[in-house]
Amino acid sequence: MKLSLKKVDLILGSYSNEEYKILFEMLSRNSDEILKDLIESGLKGRGGAGFPTGLKWKLCAEAVSDDKYIICNADEGEPGTFKDREILDRVPKRVLAGMALAAKVTGAAKGYIYLRAEYSFLVNKLQKELEEFHKILKSNNIKFNVEIFMGCGAYICGEETALLQSMEGKRGEPRNKPPFPTTTGYLGKPTVVNNVETLVSAFMVCRIGPEEFKKLGIQGSSGSKLFSVSGDTPKPGIYDLEFGLSLAEFVDEFGDGDTKAVQVGGASGFCVPRKKFNETTIGYRGGLTGDSLPTGGSMMLFNSSRSMYNILRNYLDFFAEESCGQCTPCRIGCQQLKNGIEAVKKGEKDPEYLNQLLKLSDTMKITSKCGLGQSVANSFSSIVTNFTEEMIY
Amino acid sequence: MTLVESTVTELTLKYGKERRQLLPILRGVYEKFHYLSDESMVEVARQLDISSAEVFGKATFYSFLSGSPQGEFVIRICKTIVCDMKNKKLIVDTLENLLKIKMGQTTHNRKFSLCYTNCLGLCHKAPAMLINNEAYTDLTPDKVRQIITSYKNR
Ligand SMILES: Cc1cc2nc3c(=O)[nH]c(=O)nc-3n(C[C@H](O)[C@H](O)[C@H](O)COP(=O)(O)O)c2cc1C
Ligand code: SF4
Ligand code: FES
Repeated sequence: MKLSLKKVDLILGSYSNEEYKILFEMLSRNSDEILKDLIESGLKGRGGAGFPTGLKWKLCAEAVSDDKYIICNADEGEPGTFKDREILDRVPKRVLAGMALAAKVTGAAKGYIYLRAEYSFLVNKLQKELEEFHKILKSNNIKFNVEIFMGCGAYICGEETALLQSMEGKRGEPRNKPPFPTTTGYLGKPTVVNNVETLVSAFMVCRIGPEEFKKLGIQGSSGSKLFSVSGDTPKPGIYDLEFGLSLAEFVDEFGDGDTKAVQVGGASGFCVPRKKFNETTIGYRGGLTGDSLPTGGSMMLFNSSRSMYNILRNYLDFFAEESCGQCTPCRIGCQQLKNGIEAVKKGEKDPEYLNQLLKLSDTMKITSKCGLGQSVANSFSSIVTNFTEEMIY
Repeated sequence: MTLVESTVTELTLKYGKERRQLLPILRGVYEKFHYLSDESMVEVARQLDISSAEVFGKATFYSFLSGSPQGEFVIRICKTIVCDMKNKKLIVDTLENLLKIKMGQTTHNRKFSLCYTNCLGLCHKAPAMLINNEAYTDLTPDKVRQIITSYKNR
């Protein structure tokens, strides 16, 4: 089979001491041009939701306020995702450069990196980088300051409005949207919240130009992105791959010859069984054929020795623990789904009961307040419907 | 001034008394005492001029802030799916045997606490754990024994 899986090296490659020099060349351009490049490139957020980055910056730029903020979301908590840690460790200048671009375009003077507590070991190095960054900004007469804000161990704080609540000294409970952070964000001021990788991608788009960027990937899902590959694979790690690859190609490259299923997008994503590898492509919805999947880049491979029941129970454990408990469908639903599959497995409930649980997960999708509760159904229904026998016997 | 009062005062001098400094302040208190006592939360509330229920609500939300005394070294073992598949059970058994405590407990000398945590973002090197801020990966029972010995000698 001809491999169309294409490895690139955009995000982490050819990193040098010239990064800030390149940044200052960009900063001398006018904001509209930078925005135009970003919009033109079709770059979408790498944090999972896939919102167009250029549009996000534009909305914040148009909001009228003396104070605006740029927040780098480094709370990376989705099971199976570890690319943001790697980016912060290996190419921190590019993250800061992306933040500085966003600041220039929106008119923000203050930025924060919301770093998950689990990544405390990165702080010293990042702090040193910040000192250098601030010194260089100052000598170029640019008013922008970035601080690290430490999380304290809560997956939900990766959700952008929960993150803002957390930074404001409140419980990390998601807010209603709208209003969106671009108009009403940190301390009620216009705020751009971007994933670590998105910020680097934005910088790289301006660097290579939208045309070059669009040559990567396929229409509707332009560019490449970092994938975190783990589980039953001989080569776990981080890979920069062009969008539009099929899962069959992916498994050919990364599988151990016995791959039964791939979890795409972490516990909040979808579990794809072997029989669907050929028809599944990785990219954002729209512009792709077959079943296309959006993703924050988590790819977990499972081989035939794994119990899909154990895998699902592990996810449900995770959600039940990490639900902020603010709204009923999610708080109670996560518990019920977990108790439910356990009861079926033990034979305390009929297999029929799984259908009721599927309905419950659908209800959670419609009625939950934020993405956590809304996405439990993704893994739940994809595992229960594709591996029903394993749930029962 | 009690030690709690002076610690909180130091932190509010460093960070300021605005509500948005609550998390950094609580982290600071935690780092000093290895837990958030009721007394310390009331003191933070007093100095920030907010209700102690608000402080309590914030503190209990986060898994890295504990309301009960923790050891000097908190060992957090990832229990999420990839580490689970890569035999984290063996690592847990090894640690429980070495430290003679169960998951969720603290040794008598208050040196070590054992607990589970969710995905540490080190899945490509599973199984993984944190000891305070340090990450340890690709764990085997032998490796765990060496690591614990080095901490016991600290
Ligand atoms: C439960 C939950 C957890 C999330 N965790 C993260 C995270 O750890 N990192 C991240 O960048 N985005 C996370 N997001 C997405 C953010 O809400 C937001 O969409 C993202 O930071 C926007 O940045 P982007 O447009 O650059 O992707 C999470 C969303 C939900 C619902
Ligand atoms: S869906 Fe879950 S995590 Fe989101 S607000 Fe509701 S209870 Fe909280
Ligand atoms: S599953 Fe253990 S580090 Fe990710």
